[in-house]
Amino acid sequence: MSTTTTVTTAPASAPVQVGDQWYPIRRTAEALLAPIAALAGAAILFSIFLLCLGASPADFLDLVWRGAFGSWFSIQNTVQRAAPLLLTALCVAIPGQLGLVIIGGEAAVVLGGLAATVAALPLINTSPIIVWAAMAIAGSAMGAFWVGISGWLRAKLNVNEVIASLVLSYIGLALFNHFVEGLLRDPASLNKPSTYGIGDENMLDTVPWLDVHPGLPIGILACLICWVLIYRTSFGFASRVTGGNIRAAQLQGLPVTKLILLACAIGGGCAGLAGAIEVAAEYGRSNASLNAGYGYTGILIAFLARFNPLAIMPMAILLGGLGAAGGLLQRRMGLPDATIQVLQGLIFVSILASDTLYGRFRWFQPRGGA
Amino acid sequence: MSLTPPISTTLSRRRLLQGTAGAAGLAAMGLTSEQARAAKDLTVGFIYVGPKDDYGYNQAHAEAAAMLKKMPGIKIVEEEKVPETDDVSKTMESMIKLDGATLLFPTSFGYFDPYMLKMAAKYKDIQFRHCGGLWQKDKHPMNTGSYFGYIGMCQYLNGIAAAHATKTKKIGFIAAKPIPQVLINVNSFALGARSVDPTITTSVIFTGEWSMPVKEAEATNSLIGQGIDVVTCHVDGPKVIMETAERRGIYSCGYHADQSKLAPKGYLTGAEWNWITVYKQYIADAQAGKPLPNFTRGGLAEGFVKMSAFGPALSEAGRKNVTAVKAEIMKGGYSVFKGPLKDNKGNVVVPAGKAYPETAIELESCNYLVEGVVGSTS
Repeated sequence: MSTTTTVTTAPASAPVQVGDQWYPIRRTAEALLAPIAALAGAAILFSIFLLCLGASPADFLDLVWRGAFGSWFSIQNTVQRAAPLLLTALCVAIPGQLGLVIIGGEAAVVLGGLAATVAALPLINTSPIIVWAAMAIAGSAMGAFWVGISGWLRAKLNVNEVIASLVLSYIGLALFNHFVEGLLRDPASLNKPSTYGIGDENMLDTVPWLDVHPGLPIGILACLICWVLIYRTSFGFASRVTGGNIRAAQLQGLPVTKLILLACAIGGGCAGLAGAIEVAAEYGRSNASLNAGYGYTGILIAFLARFNPLAIMPMAILLGGLGAAGGLLQRRMGLPDATIQVLQGLIFVSILASDTLYGRFRWFQPRGGA
Repeated sequence: MSLTPPISTTLSRRRLLQGTAGAAGLAAMGLTSEQARAAKDLTVGFIYVGPKDDYGYNQAHAEAAAMLKKMPGIKIVEEEKVPETDDVSKTMESMIKLDGATLLFPTSFGYFDPYMLKMAAKYKDIQFRHCGGLWQKDKHPMNTGSYFGYIGMCQYLNGIAAAHATKTKKIGFIAAKPIPQVLINVNSFALGARSVDPTITTSVIFTGEWSMPVKEAEATNSLIGQGIDVVTCHVDGPKVIMETAERRGIYSCGYHADQSKLAPKGYLTGAEWNWITVYKQYIADAQAGKPLPNFTRGGLAEGFVKMSAFGPALSEAGRKNVTAVKAEIMKGGYSVFKGPLKDNKGNVVVPAGKAYPETAIELESCNYLVEGVVGSTS
């Protein structure tokens, strides 16, 4: 290790000049305008794509609006789809503060769901509250453990966490299938292997007035808590410092290993909880339906939100809305299912490209000084 | 939010009526509203688990839907690649609420329980018909139902065609899962071939998944490596199997839909669904205001299934043989599973003097591979 490096402080944001009281507002404006510009860019590119296919971009937007937000049913459809994505996006965003890219959330979801089912089965004759508590604890613990392995490999053995979490994701899915199709299989589930069910009386009800399961409020709450954790606690500050420059953080004496393990465990816990909620609210048992790609869409959302838990909420709604509108687009415009994937891809690329916009415009920068 | 209270009150009123008027009365009530809507324009929703152009299971349904689109008085809405998760409930609900669909065909096996049953309980005026034969009278609601075809007979004819084409006397079958529906097809194919030449063996490979093109291609190559020169299958999308067979220069028999385009040289014939027969019947009933049947099944004679046109590789003798047996089947009562029949472990599965036609209840629990099949169900 080079000892000549001198490190003073590693500020998470640019130094604020005294007297520039408008800078925080301009900084927020930059953080809002850059993704909006990116979305507009993606919309323009996609319109060109639609025109090439001979479809009308105006019809398209109108249908997206109607399918995703235009009626009470559409809104419920959208937020229902967004609910699990909130938690799986956190699985990427929290380790992301430390500069880690965890892409194994899918396994945390399915294993979390499986662990929750297993925890619930011996308790089904007690009270639903006990069952839910057991499921939440087992699900998040399992998710925390699974993603924690990637963190441990990174911190102790310096194994690249992208590869580790991806490979562990495949292993996790294989383990899930092994248990669901073998040891834990309900013999009555002939053509779709499933575990035994937790029973109708132990299923989570929908939220009052909404046809949406409690995953939505829990997800929103988790995003808010994680935002506080990242921006208002010393853990969050230390994590962001580590993400900025790991060597600097080490020199500062920050417990980098612990931070990595903790961040991975919190992220994995969120994804595991998502799996537990899907089982408790939606399926009542574990089977291949859990493996619905929420973990992967979560990666997309976390990047779109630039790892900010508050931004995860609108981005999850956006992607949930596109999912909700996808069917209507197929039905009304005769566009193939892949059209929505093209749009998602364009949005993703535009948002990533918009990262280069940050700091380019002087107007958003601190005034005074240089 | 304003929508919720009225819906719940109408539902509870309906439940009350259900209790007093009884099931028959409810069915009649459901029909009158069905009738009223059918008089305008019948909107029918089709939901597919895979792409509409998969040359297989989904295409077979989508082709029928495309024919329906040309009929007057109906509007068809379709959605492809809908996974067997809560997504399909949302798709059904969206078709009902946003498109005004009153008759839904969720075509994939895994859509039935719990998704379609949940929606059927929520929307009692809407008719749901599911492809696969899972509906049971005392278990499932009357606004749901099942339809399915006896395609095993077509696989038997495939087997006869394969027997005339094979030189190595080894033919192959790539199957998704060892469940009764699939095993009947494997056994029928093998029995068809053995009806021509009892020395022919049929090697079967189970991929474990309904759609896994990579494994299916590997299985095809592996079968060819073992000296097999005719292959057929039961997976959702036979595309990659047919293409691999053609490229490696062996013969193929199709399944689900017509795949002759994928294998212009080696395609002998194929077992195809003919869903238009079923769908036309349902729609005619709905438009006439008649109750839709809850349980529909049929085979070659009823036009639920059909054979692909013969490919150039099938000999004149082969064509004659297939045509003759098909004519026999069309007469009705034809049995492929005739005793004495042993499985490939030597156990008697059909005792002497017994014969199971396609409608036999015994076949629905088929869990064996017949003599002459190389492979195992577990």
